[in-house]
Amino acid sequence: MTIKAPFKFHGGVHPPTHKEESTRTPIAQAAIPSKLVIPLHQHVGTRAKPCVQIGERVLKGQIIGQPEGRLSSATHASTSGTISAIDMQLVAHHSGLPDLCVTISPDGKDEWIEHSGVDYKQASHDELRKRLRLAGVVGLGGAVFPSDVKANANNHKIKTMVLNGAECEPYITCDDVLMRERAADILLGTEILRELLDADEVLIGIEDNKPEAIAAMEQAIIAGKHSRMTVMSVETLYPSGGAKQLIRLLTGIEVAAGVRSPEMGVQCFNVATAYSAWRAITHGEPLLSRIVTVAGNVERPQNFDVLLGTPVNELVVQAGSKPHTDKHIMGGPMMGVQLPSGAVGITKATNCIIESTPELFPAPKPALPCIRCTRCAEVCPAELQPQDLYWFAKAKNFVKVEDFHLFDCIECGACAYVCPSNIPLVNYYRFAKSEISEREREAKAAELARERHEYRQFRIEREKQEKAAKLAQKEKAALATKAIEPVTAAATEVDADAEDLAKQQRIEAALAKAKEQAAAAKPKNTEALTPQQQADIAEIEARRAQAHEIAKNETEPKQ
Amino acid sequence: MIAALWVMIGIALFLGAVLGFSAIKFKVQGNPLVDKIDAVLPQTQCGQCGFPGCKPYATAIAAGEAEINQCPPGGEEGIHKLADLLGKEFVPFGEGAKPKAKSVAFIDESTCIGCTLCIQACPVDAILGAAKQMHTIIASECTGCELCIPPCPVDCITMLPIDEDITNWKWRYPVIAIQEAA
Repeated sequence: MTIKAPFKFHGGVHPPTHKEESTRTPIAQAAIPSKLVIPLHQHVGTRAKPCVQIGERVLKGQIIGQPEGRLSSATHASTSGTISAIDMQLVAHHSGLPDLCVTISPDGKDEWIEHSGVDYKQASHDELRKRLRLAGVVGLGGAVFPSDVKANANNHKIKTMVLNGAECEPYITCDDVLMRERAADILLGTEILRELLDADEVLIGIEDNKPEAIAAMEQAIIAGKHSRMTVMSVETLYPSGGAKQLIRLLTGIEVAAGVRSPEMGVQCFNVATAYSAWRAITHGEPLLSRIVTVAGNVERPQNFDVLLGTPVNELVVQAGSKPHTDKHIMGGPMMGVQLPSGAVGITKATNCIIESTPELFPAPKPALPCIRCTRCAEVCPAELQPQDLYWFAKAKNFVKVEDFHLFDCIECGACAYVCPSNIPLVNYYRFAKSEISEREREAKAAELARERHEYRQFRIEREKQEKAAKLAQKEKAALATKAIEPVTAAATEVDADAEDLAKQQRIEAALAKAKEQAAAAKPKNTEALTPQQQADIAEIEARRAQAHEIAKNETEPKQ
Repeated sequence: MIAALWVMIGIALFLGAVLGFSAIKFKVQGNPLVDKIDAVLPQTQCGQCGFPGCKPYATAIAAGEAEINQCPPGGEEGIHKLADLLGKEFVPFGEGAKPKAKSVAFIDESTCIGCTLCIQACPVDAILGAAKQMHTIIASECTGCELCIPPCPVDCITMLPIDEDITNWKWRYPVIAIQEAA
């Protein structure tokens, strides 16, 4: 008997799930593509630094991008081959702008680099976190936050670790099939993460439209003899898979605005993240592939185990492309990104590719004025007032929009989904968020400039004072010597005269020497001149003399 | 009657002493309005306002000696903020004082002769170099003030506009298509 999640979150919507189509067949192994386009920035934080050369042969699992800074993660070659380019390529991003990618031409041998795992019970926590970082393990639910940073409780007591298998967005079934087929490994990975957090209990939240996954996980708990681990079914309601929403559903804890969940004694991981943590620690295999649902306008919607960097086009073909596809969507229909091109590589954040047609996803209807019906407020899972946020974002009143807790918005799209006026609400929130972030960046830069400018002023003033002090000291010293030796003053004067004379002589000698050198130096390239050239030179000399004459005449009257 | 007078005088003396004490004890150093204005200014220290830096301009505004529309790097938003702060009306930019796209200085290192003139001109010490050594701009600290360009004897400094990339890309203001009339 499965336990039902005892709590509820505010709002939520029921979009048609479309999950049955892609769960009929087991996970298929996607073919090695003709090329891999691997972005170096597939995670939250600093972009990985490329550490390979064009033309270099790389092995499967070799690091091609080293993590930089505290919040970063490594990037690897997903198969063996040759690096054919390191350049700016289109990536899956709302902006449609390119980012730094490594392109690999696979050699088809799929040859592994030497790798080995460790027993997580023997290794230190720091060692395990380092391994996760170098294995490129990040949150695979879509947020791609580096797991080594997340699996650190920072001295907070973690009571509950939530394992997120809710998968609430329509069309996406990658976590569902992963739980059905690899439940045992997921739970082993969960034990590693629990060990790192020192968490008491593990609660696994799965939506009740995935009975097979719930059954598989429950069986695996019994078979693996995992203790203090419970599967909880949650009502199918979008967005129950949001970390804050699922934590609320399972534990009743409401993670306050601006507070990280570990401070409240909870941490949340996606099931696929737990699986990759297991592969990374125990087998030493970095994150090279992930499960991707291919759905929408294809012959055989299904899940594939796809090498990271596989171009979307080459993946979709394997599910049977159909005509009339006008765009590719990465992620679900609620929060997904429309891809700028089919050549974009699959990344760690790609849980689903939806082939879209105008029939499947009609163009949004023109937006009408807000009628203040507050249906958006009824469905908002963050308990915000979306109509007010919209109002202030539209008026570019960024102070007010922040007062209404804009940054608590998880951009789930529930408000826009129910809006009877078809207002693209989330776009307004995103606009306001990026404007506010930009202003914060600018304010920081201004603060730095102010500091540096003020320090410079201070430094110039200090140098001036130091110079003045030195001069004063010198003068004082000179005066003192004069006062002490008044008798020898005359002698000093004579000495000074003699010195001046010697100086004068030296200067004269130097001038004479310089003149001599100037006379000795002959202009180069003046031998064997043609008569024409000689004539030219003569003409130039004449002009120069004339110019000198004119200059002389002009300056003379003034004198 | 006399007693009441004494009481009143006593209170007056006491309050006078308190006021006198607090005037010394809680004296505000500098002009707080100048700091508030300075906080709104973009700190490019470019001198486009006609004053040698942001702080002098802020001082001039506070003293009523300068208009609030003399800071092109602050943009129109900056004028709005100053207008709000000072309770004044918005004043549009004058001719020739339009804000430019954000940019950073770039030194062509093959042309640079290492004269250090630009280093002396930089208001935020964002140029690295020494006499007869090649100079370079610390891009993250350059405010784009262009003060290094005029002193350069070999014209090796150019201003490069900051291109939009994934890290600084911003969501655009949603534009809603106009509905066709039925």
